[in-house]
Amino acid sequence: MTIDMSQFYEVFFDEAEELLAEAERLLLGINIANPDNEELNAIFRAAHSIKGGAATFGFMDMTEITHVLENLLDKIRKNEMALTAEHVDAFLAAKDVLKMELDGHRLATEVDQEQVADVKMMLKQLSEAGAVATPVATDSTVSVSATPPPVEFSAVAEIAQNEIPDGTSCFNIVMPDITEKDVENLQEELGLLGLVALSKQSDGHFVITLTTDSSQADIVSICSFIVDPDDLVITLKTDASPVKAPQVAEIKPVVAETVESKADTGTKVLVQEEVGYGLFEEEGKEKQEEGYGFFAPFQPHPDAVKANLIGDDTALTLANSGTTSAQLAASTAKVEATPVSTASQDADRRNAGRRESDKVPASAEASSIRVGVEKVDQLINLVGELVITQAMIEQRISMLDPVHNEALINSVGQLTRNTRDLQESVMSIRMMPMDFVFSRFPRMVRDLAAKLNKKVDFVTVGAATELDKGLIERIVDPLTHLVRNSVDHGIEIPENRRKAGKSDSGTLTLSAAHKGGSIVIEVTDDGAGLNRDKILAKAQSNGLPVSENMTDSEVFSLIFAPGFSTAEVVTDVSGRGVGMDVVKRNITAMGGSVDIRSALGFGTTISISLPLTLAILDGMSVSLGQSVYVIPLNLIVETLQPRAEDIKTVTGEGRMVHVRGEYLPIIALHSLFNHATDITDPTQGVLVLLESDGKKSALFVDRLVGQQQVVIKSLETNFKRIPGVSGATIMGDGSVALILDVAALIQMGQSTNYITGAASFSNQNNQHMQSNA
Amino acid sequence: MAKTILAVDDSGSLRQMVAFSLKAAGYDVVQAVDGQDGLNKAKEKTVDLVLTDQNMPIMDGLTLIKNLRELGSYQKVPILMLTTESSDEMKAKGKAAGANGWLVKPFDPKRLIEVVQKVIGS
Amino acid sequence: MSTDNVMSNSKAKSAEGEYLTFVLGAEEYGLEILKVQEIRGYDAVTQIANTPEFIKGVVNLRGKIVPIVDLRIKFNLGKVEYNEFTVVIILNLHGRVVGIVVDGVSDVIALKEEQIRDVPSLVTSIDTKYIVGLATVAERMLILVDIEQLMTSQEMALVDAVAA
Repeated sequence: MTIDMSQFYEVFFDEAEELLAEAERLLLGINIANPDNEELNAIFRAAHSIKGGAATFGFMDMTEITHVLENLLDKIRKNEMALTAEHVDAFLAAKDVLKMELDGHRLATEVDQEQVADVKMMLKQLSEAGAVATPVATDSTVSVSATPPPVEFSAVAEIAQNEIPDGTSCFNIVMPDITEKDVENLQEELGLLGLVALSKQSDGHFVITLTTDSSQADIVSICSFIVDPDDLVITLKTDASPVKAPQVAEIKPVVAETVESKADTGTKVLVQEEVGYGLFEEEGKEKQEEGYGFFAPFQPHPDAVKANLIGDDTALTLANSGTTSAQLAASTAKVEATPVSTASQDADRRNAGRRESDKVPASAEASSIRVGVEKVDQLINLVGELVITQAMIEQRISMLDPVHNEALINSVGQLTRNTRDLQESVMSIRMMPMDFVFSRFPRMVRDLAAKLNKKVDFVTVGAATELDKGLIERIVDPLTHLVRNSVDHGIEIPENRRKAGKSDSGTLTLSAAHKGGSIVIEVTDDGAGLNRDKILAKAQSNGLPVSENMTDSEVFSLIFAPGFSTAEVVTDVSGRGVGMDVVKRNITAMGGSVDIRSALGFGTTISISLPLTLAILDGMSVSLGQSVYVIPLNLIVETLQPRAEDIKTVTGEGRMVHVRGEYLPIIALHSLFNHATDITDPTQGVLVLLESDGKKSALFVDRLVGQQQVVIKSLETNFKRIPGVSGATIMGDGSVALILDVAALIQMGQSTNYITGAASFSNQNNQHMQSNA
Repeated sequence: MAKTILAVDDSGSLRQMVAFSLKAAGYDVVQAVDGQDGLNKAKEKTVDLVLTDQNMPIMDGLTLIKNLRELGSYQKVPILMLTTESSDEMKAKGKAAGANGWLVKPFDPKRLIEVVQKVIGS
Repeated sequence: MSTDNVMSNSKAKSAEGEYLTFVLGAEEYGLEILKVQEIRGYDAVTQIANTPEFIKGVVNLRGKIVPIVDLRIKFNLGKVEYNEFTVVIILNLHGRVVGIVVDGVSDVIALKEEQIRDVPSLVTSIDTKYIVGLATVAERMLILVDIEQLMTSQEMALVDAVAA
């Protein structure tokens, strides 16, 4: 039977990605001086799980890194080595490399092998550096052994010293008939475990000599990705080989169990020397040949094909019937005498008594299923259709006689409610917590602050706030930019902060909260703040139309103008810099808006407002001639029917409306859209006051039709982007209504009217409009 | 009737691979995401074989095995450990806890089925 | 996008195949039947601001927003009327759905390679670069159009300049 392993890749990738993110989160939060055991264990387990999966699915590169990572982590979690900041850095670097390798497998992105090698080297060095400082293995052994036989252990230690100086062993690995390329690969892989030398036997077989502190099982598992381990002949090479077996045999038994295992070990070692791989009659053989084994007295099923392979481990049988402590002593001694013993195993023993601490409370994997996004989207689309059909039925029903059709009308009412509930539930599938975005920032802020010699406390608020997956993915880049800018240009270096009477550490807060139909995401720093005068001066010298009367918000918005900020300017105005126009464009494209609040010397807040989801919009339908347009409700400040005396004409160019002391430009939709209508006098129609990007305008339409939720459809799927239109929707009668792009309309209106103060700087849309007009 | 195997592993990919392979070989498979989950599921229905990972959150494999052995219905049910820790020590612990055998990760599905067949027949 | 490739491929291999024939003014055209999703009557469209006159607007085609182009206006073919006989051919061009308004749909015919001739430099309403070949069927001349190439061209203003 063949099983296609690739079908599990995607699950593994998702899983590994989550584990990496979790490990990073834990690492960033860890208290280096006094790390939490449970956290260390959780990090270890993440590495361990990835290693297991990677090995099973054949992603060797990931296995290698996780292997060294796991070793180091193991030493730390067993208190064999103290956690240092250097370790955390190395772990984070390893996480990055693993992510890179993961992406390499998953998305075929490039993997920087040099970086991989660097990290591997770093982890190895750390691992070795710590090993020297480790207390001698015997000490820890004694502490666990229930009945420590002194003679016994000194003998063991002696053997260990004779055979394996520096705690390493030397293996000869004879290659089967494989290509030279494979030999090279193997040599490379084994190089990860220790020192490797290649030679050729007289029979033409290659031999790799490996000096390592890893176990034979490690060697086998690494080799198994290139050659069938059954074909390998692995021999333990020691100079003292003839002496060793007798030496073991000479040891006088003190405790029965120990003797058993001693003898056992002796056999094992001896056999290994003679034949190379596991001819240890029972357990060892099976382990190396088959990678599994059974404990006696378990009897295989009578149906079993190869009953003769079932192992019978004498030592363990004994132990099984005896006490646990005796059993532990047995296994301890046994492992100790085995030259393949590793430091991590020593530590394992030391910790054997407090295994309980391995348990991590409720990081419980919530019960969930993984479904492709396209399936969810299809569901959402279908529900969208259902909502439209529902609306059509409602409209038809409303024309029926309510008395004669009471039952039908009631049923349809029920159907309406059910449809809405269904729609809400389906929409909620796409919702994800903001944590998906926020979680990537602690690391970035940490690294960036370190690079800039700044101190930054990073705080997140409202990470559980949910947002549509599509938006979550698209908000990452703009937010990254804003956070980076805050650290880079917002927060001052400690020296300057002290001068300004602030604490050395700046605080950077990333928050998310629901406000009405939208989510508001804010990046706040307590840094230097924006300098209004400098921005104005800069804008003026850039030829941007500015005026002293502009509000702060309008002035700060100038930094969103394309090309406004150059690196030099950025420092000059201690502002946020390069690429703010891109940030703004991205957010506007998501149907959101950006606002800046800042106080010189006290800090800056950049506030992003986004719709909760891309697919549904609360809208106000308005009519213009024969057509209906939909305006996003959250951008409407109010609607009014103006009196003639409120309408002012400014130097014959544009009309303004006077509303509560403010003069707002009137944008006549019919002239902007070249749309035929009978109503050309604002007093005959309706003005919809819109606000976007801190700018207000009055949109002049024929009349209001009503308020409703609409399903947003893209115009671009089959057509293209239309200036002033953000999408389309299907109305209750099946006709198509266009959804207005308010931000663009305001821009367009400003380019065709003269408006005091704020003028638009550049917008592809208005250029387009002018060329079309 | 097909024999039922309880597969306990916190790694979804490995667990699915195990489950898929065993199902393909004609077994019924119950999956559990950690020791506690495994214990609960083992109590719900007595299975013919338990395959468990060692290193898992909430309850590790050894604890699961110990707990299972304390249940009357699981005294004779074969239990195999699936573990990346191939050390003799881990095996000893597994055995002390009451496991009947072990299978070292990584393993390929073929080997898994071979071992399972050896234990409970096909 | 590789519209150029599509073009050269279709020319290179052979224009043989089944064609939907339609009438525009005095001329009869044919387009590859495989590009046709359906044929329907003309429904009310939602007009779109600041687009060329021949883009009539968009319609709701079972939940999809589909643009409608009146080829009669695009190619200046006399008087344009919309009544119950007005026909819209809904095309599916690599997943992009577009409707075209024509004077009428006449037939589906299978053309063999030998029935198709190269395009002489004659004057047709449609630019010859969008013409695959000519065919004579029952004394009528049929102009075979590469409809995909035509609809995605800049002059049709149906796709974003960047996307094209």
